[in-house]
Amino acid sequence: MAVPGIRSIADSRQRLMANPESQAAWGALDCGFAAVADVFDECYAAAKRIIAGDELPDFLEAARVIGKLGRGAEPLLAFLEHWPDVVAGTGLAQSATLPPVMAAIRSLQKSPNGPAITPLLQTLGAVAERLRTAEALQHYLTLALDLATRTSGSIHGHHVTEPSPSLPDFLGQAPRLLGVVSLAGLKRWIDDGIRLYGDHPDNQRAYFALASPDSRAILQREREGTLFADVERRLNLTLAALWQDDSLLVPYSTAFAEVRLHPYLAPDGMRLPDALEDRGGISGLDRYRAMLAHLAGHRRWSQPLVADNWSPLQRLAVETLEDARVDALLLRRFPGLQPLLLALHPQPDADACDPASENCLRHRLTCLSRACLDPAHGYGDPLLAEFASRFHSLLDDSEASTRAVADLALSYAAHSRRPSDQFANVHFAGTEVDYRDDNRHLWTFIEAGDEEESFAPPPAAADDEPLGLPPRHYPEWDLATQNYRPDWSAVYEALHPAGRAANIDRLLEKHAILARQLKRLLDLLKPQDRVRLRYQEEGSELDLDVAVRALVDWQSGHLPEPRINVSHRTNGRDISVLLLIDLSQSLNEILAGSDQTILDTAREAVALLGWAIEQLGDACAIAGFHSNTRHEVRYHHIKGFSEGWDDAVKARLAAVEAGWSTRMGAAIRHAGHTLAGRKSEKRILLVLTDGEPADIDVADPQHLIADTKKAVAELSTAGVTTFCLSLDPKADAYVGDIFGRNWRVLDRIERLPEQLPMVYLNLTR
Amino acid sequence: MSNAEAYKVRREPFYQPQGNEVALYEAAYAARLPVMLKGPTGCGKSRFVEYMAWKLGKPLISVACNEDMTASDLVGRFLLDANGTRWQDGPLTLAARLGAICYLDEIVEARQDTLVVIHPLTDHRRNLPLDKKGELVEAHPDFQLVISYNPGYQSLMKDLKQSTKQRFSAFQFDYPDAALEAGIVATEAAVDREMAARLVEVAHAGRRLKGHGLDEGISTRLIVYAATLIGHGVSPVDACRMAMVRPITDDADVIDTLDHAITAVFG
Repeated sequence: MAVPGIRSIADSRQRLMANPESQAAWGALDCGFAAVADVFDECYAAAKRIIAGDELPDFLEAARVIGKLGRGAEPLLAFLEHWPDVVAGTGLAQSATLPPVMAAIRSLQKSPNGPAITPLLQTLGAVAERLRTAEALQHYLTLALDLATRTSGSIHGHHVTEPSPSLPDFLGQAPRLLGVVSLAGLKRWIDDGIRLYGDHPDNQRAYFALASPDSRAILQREREGTLFADVERRLNLTLAALWQDDSLLVPYSTAFAEVRLHPYLAPDGMRLPDALEDRGGISGLDRYRAMLAHLAGHRRWSQPLVADNWSPLQRLAVETLEDARVDALLLRRFPGLQPLLLALHPQPDADACDPASENCLRHRLTCLSRACLDPAHGYGDPLLAEFASRFHSLLDDSEASTRAVADLALSYAAHSRRPSDQFANVHFAGTEVDYRDDNRHLWTFIEAGDEEESFAPPPAAADDEPLGLPPRHYPEWDLATQNYRPDWSAVYEALHPAGRAANIDRLLEKHAILARQLKRLLDLLKPQDRVRLRYQEEGSELDLDVAVRALVDWQSGHLPEPRINVSHRTNGRDISVLLLIDLSQSLNEILAGSDQTILDTAREAVALLGWAIEQLGDACAIAGFHSNTRHEVRYHHIKGFSEGWDDAVKARLAAVEAGWSTRMGAAIRHAGHTLAGRKSEKRILLVLTDGEPADIDVADPQHLIADTKKAVAELSTAGVTTFCLSLDPKADAYVGDIFGRNWRVLDRIERLPEQLPMVYLNLTR
Repeated sequence: MSNAEAYKVRREPFYQPQGNEVALYEAAYAARLPVMLKGPTGCGKSRFVEYMAWKLGKPLISVACNEDMTASDLVGRFLLDANGTRWQDGPLTLAARLGAICYLDEIVEARQDTLVVIHPLTDHRRNLPLDKKGELVEAHPDFQLVISYNPGYQSLMKDLKQSTKQRFSAFQFDYPDAALEAGIVATEAAVDREMAARLVEVAHAGRRLKGHGLDEGISTRLIVYAATLIGHGVSPVDACRMAMVRPITDDADVIDTLDHAITAVFG
């Protein structure tokens, strides 16, 4: 009786193989797993076809070692099945690739991560196909081992006892990852994942399984080639400029999709891949433009056809020739695109496909399509030449129509038919024209048939009206990688709830004396910027320089300058200021020696400042912020630039409350976004805070400080001056790092109401 | 009068009518109605005035308006000379005396307070008071005032006052349609029709971007420049870049898009 968990070993070693060579190899393998014995014959035959004869013993020896790791039949099965793929995929001798893999396996075997050996071997074939060189493979193994080491945990500190939670997921995703990023990008992606979720096993697994949005966003950042997001504006401009088309361009994901999509026309716009690598010397941007031209051509020249009575093969023929017609028409209009399209259109070898054993329909059609576009196609087939010339004569003096081209295509399909067109073994190599779309717009179906695919998404459940504005996402600067974490913090902007405006009026009355002093100062400040206007015919004073010169000219008989006066004009202050108030929990502390909280004092100060700025006539906005992790940064709108200092604003200010933390960088970026829309000569962001940036989901205080510093630098590039007023007596330690020279610490918080307006006045004098 | 002769347009300027504007202008001139020409820059407004002056055989006095222009720059001023002072007529006064067509180009560039001096010349009074000189100049029967402006690109701050606008009859100009424009380019710059048509195609691509990063489309004038460069042996792509793209924008994306359009048209 078989006992669960205990294998009977002896039986399978004696298994008879069909092939005597396999029999010898089976003996050398010294393996008792029945599951291996079942498939060994075929595996060995496959391996023999790919691995050189003198390297087979090494292969068997490696397999023997893997079979004796004590981890069951799976690692060995994975090795036998996938190793030939590695050899075939890299095209290198086994001697270059096997030793590093075996070293990696030994290393994993000695660590708690032994179970990861199976997924490593399972995906190695697909990985090798993408990496191609022994060095790259070595590099990949190092990355995987490094990930294993850095994420394996230890409970008591000395020995590593906990396996890495994410390694198997990572190895499972590796082929897909390497399909979209380079090894260097992969390394950065891994580093980010470990740093962000190193101490959170569940999040770590989600990250390395590509299941979390962060992981996808960071991977997208690391992608090679041209990102749609980077060239979106140019594509929109191209579409408008060359095609008078205002279709919506929407990217679809290529990194995470199971099947590769072609671009396509959707009812509400054009769909393009979210990233394109350079190919054959054509830049990603130009590939996008070729796609755009082709799609726009379809929109202009194609009419839908009824598909019901045509076979899939006939439809393929019609689609190919219709694509060729669209390309021919767009080349007629923009002949300069010819080199681009010809470079992107494959030119299959006339005899690349063997009609005796393969289905050559795609190959024939691609050749025909090439011949239609490229006068120098060089194909000798008379039928193909005949149809190419019929295609050209069809288009000679007209645009023809989809229908006419369809007839031609059907005729070609009928004339060139071969028995092998029914074979399942379709010759695909070099037949894909990847700037062309999938032609889904070309077909209408009268009856819902089996072939019809529904491209429309299932009807979405009726959404509830969202509360407030959707969040704006801002990146966050990562000190460790010196790079942005994409779309990291979500800022929700909302109108602050209103309280009683009378409270603010009362506060202002309390500071009536201060307000009077301020008023005197304000009056002094008001007529800023007297500008002298020289060379006036009529003005307030004589411009002596010019007058003397004119007199000299007159005396010497020359034409004197009549514009000898000078006048003055006062230039209005052209300032936009946004006051950003930190509303974190610490503002609820009660000030020593008074019954007021810091928030009450800040409120008084802001009220006075708001009043003072209104007196000056500067454009002013007031907003508060606090955060509850990066997913919820609240940005409270208290006063907008176009609002006056009225009761609605005062009511909001009166109701301001403090809570949560201080994720300053995101708030500053959002405030900068608001200020960037102002056209003033001087744009100032005044930040009033009582402590350093911090949030509960960030362990390292330096991280948010570095991020805030970066945000301030971004604003400065955008022409916004940021000034910080800190109420934290210990702020000197960090505030200079963040704000450069633009900061002041107010030690005596109780004097804030008089100091805040003064600081502002001094800043803008 | 020899002075008037100096302002005559001697040779026939090339002007390709887009519609019946020549007949309409002749009617307006017969009634001596002030005329306003509106339209984007480089579409042929100034050329039209020149052509009409030639056709009617009247002198033409043009003034390019700018922000620093004062009323004296239009009307005239006292100058000092060795013998004392001497009055010098400004272009507007000169035109009114000579019976010329006075053409104020890009009139919104001038300040509003300057512009009011033209008011008495543009209604039934048809005179021009010179307050400094104490003279009332009665306009010559042949005198006509023509102004032009571009409603497109100037800021909101620069617009004509209603009291000024409502003294004029107006023509709306625009770029001619593609075939006509190609004909104009071919005639002006002596390139063949096909080349001209392609240049117009590039210009159309640019005009479609107006508002997407371009304040103003690529004008007929710029197409003619490009065609002229081609006539001097510059390659079409370089000529288009130099004459039609680089002058109109600094926006890298727009430059890149238009360069692509040029490549798409010329290869």
